[in-house]
Amino acid sequence: MTETNNVLIETVDLRKDFGDLKVLKGINEKIIKGEVVSIIGPSGGGKSTFLRCLNLLEEPTGGQVIFEGNVLDSKSTNLDLHRQKIGMVFQQFNVFPHLSVMDNITLAPVLEKKIPKDQAEKEAMELLRTVGLDDKANEYPRKLSGGQKQRLAIVRAMAMHPDVMLFDEPTSALDPEMVKDVLDVIKKLAESGMTCVIVTHEMGFAREISDRVLFIDDGIIAEEGTPEELFEHPQNPRTKEFLSKVL
Amino acid sequence: MGKGLIEVFLEYWPIFLKGAAGTLQYAFIAVFFGTILGSLVAIGRLSKSRVLHAIIKVYVTVIRGTPLLVQMYIAYYFLPMAFPVMNDIFSKEFTVVLALIINSSAYVSEIIRSGINSVDKGQTEAARSLGLTASHTMTKIIMPQAIKNILPALANEYIAMIKETSLAGTFMMYELMYTRTLLANKYLFWQPLFIIAGIYLIMTVVLSWLIRMMERRFAVSD
Repeated sequence: MTETNNVLIETVDLRKDFGDLKVLKGINEKIIKGEVVSIIGPSGGGKSTFLRCLNLLEEPTGGQVIFEGNVLDSKSTNLDLHRQKIGMVFQQFNVFPHLSVMDNITLAPVLEKKIPKDQAEKEAMELLRTVGLDDKANEYPRKLSGGQKQRLAIVRAMAMHPDVMLFDEPTSALDPEMVKDVLDVIKKLAESGMTCVIVTHEMGFAREISDRVLFIDDGIIAEEGTPEELFEHPQNPRTKEFLSKVL
Repeated sequence: MGKGLIEVFLEYWPIFLKGAAGTLQYAFIAVFFGTILGSLVAIGRLSKSRVLHAIIKVYVTVIRGTPLLVQMYIAYYFLPMAFPVMNDIFSKEFTVVLALIINSSAYVSEIIRSGINSVDKGQTEAARSLGLTASHTMTKIIMPQAIKNILPALANEYIAMIKETSLAGTFMMYELMYTRTLLANKYLFWQPLFIIAGIYLIMTVVLSWLIRMMERRFAVSD
């Protein structure tokens, strides 16, 4: 039973409809503590929707999302409290334009975890140093490049000390020369033992850092395995077809 | 033709001044309390209750879809008749102001709603994903960004209200348009109209200019 204790997020028959469109058709999946899981698959296959269901940014139509033993999609659950432990990074960065780089990071810890402001700022500076943005602490996001904004978004999430980080195509909106900086930050994070779930189109990256890769197509996990299994010896014809197009 | 414009203005300027002050004051009261009421309406509009949505939609549609003058007549004649207690609590003047406030609230609620909707959905998602509560998301993330669109639109609503309050003169309320009635008693018919128009124009043009300054300052901080 040790394995169950290490399950961080579990989805049970997770389904999501948008009107008549069935986007997720019953996904059963367990994310283990410390695991780095990449999710690949064709556009419109449901991989982003799946990720967004994990912290209930999308409300599932059916099934359950269980985070650290708590059923998230239940009325009695204090969702905000659990979301503090689920960091999320978006394709479009979604940094707060009206707040300085520093305030972007300290806002949530000070507001929701009641951490003293000076302590939060000290910690924010350390985080900024790790991603090479410590000289930008007092700038506003409009002065940052896309890659810098995304690195800010990552440390903003990290400042809440999450137990897992969700990445929703974190490099898809970046100029090519910025991609590496952001991937390096994610890689460092993954290597530090942080549980990561990453929706990505960067196949080389997924292969390099993942413990496990999920191939989501047509609303189900069509195939999963280690990077080697999935990329070298795909079993499902749909996986083969997808990989032949992107590799 | 009688007296000239300047002659009339120099002779009766305190009357016009008092009228202009009344206009600014009624417009301010209407927009100020209209903003408070309109904010509540907008919050109701953003809530998840379908019943509340339907009620608010009817409210906004009816108020915006009927003339203010009709609303004023209803407030002035019908409401005190239907609810006699109003006669004891409120002056007749208040009923007209109430119509102005309610009218303004419908427009303001739409201004606030569209200001909030103008903020990218990703901002809400980022805030909620950090664990911010719904109310913190609104007060710390959405409103500070929405306010840049809301404030200039509210100021425009104030300008519109300055013109709309001219209808209050119909109910013997001392605002700029009412000075026409006062001076007509002195056989001055055409001169006050041009003076009144000139004063309205000065007020609206100056305010528009101030709004443009405000928008420019907001643009700098973007």
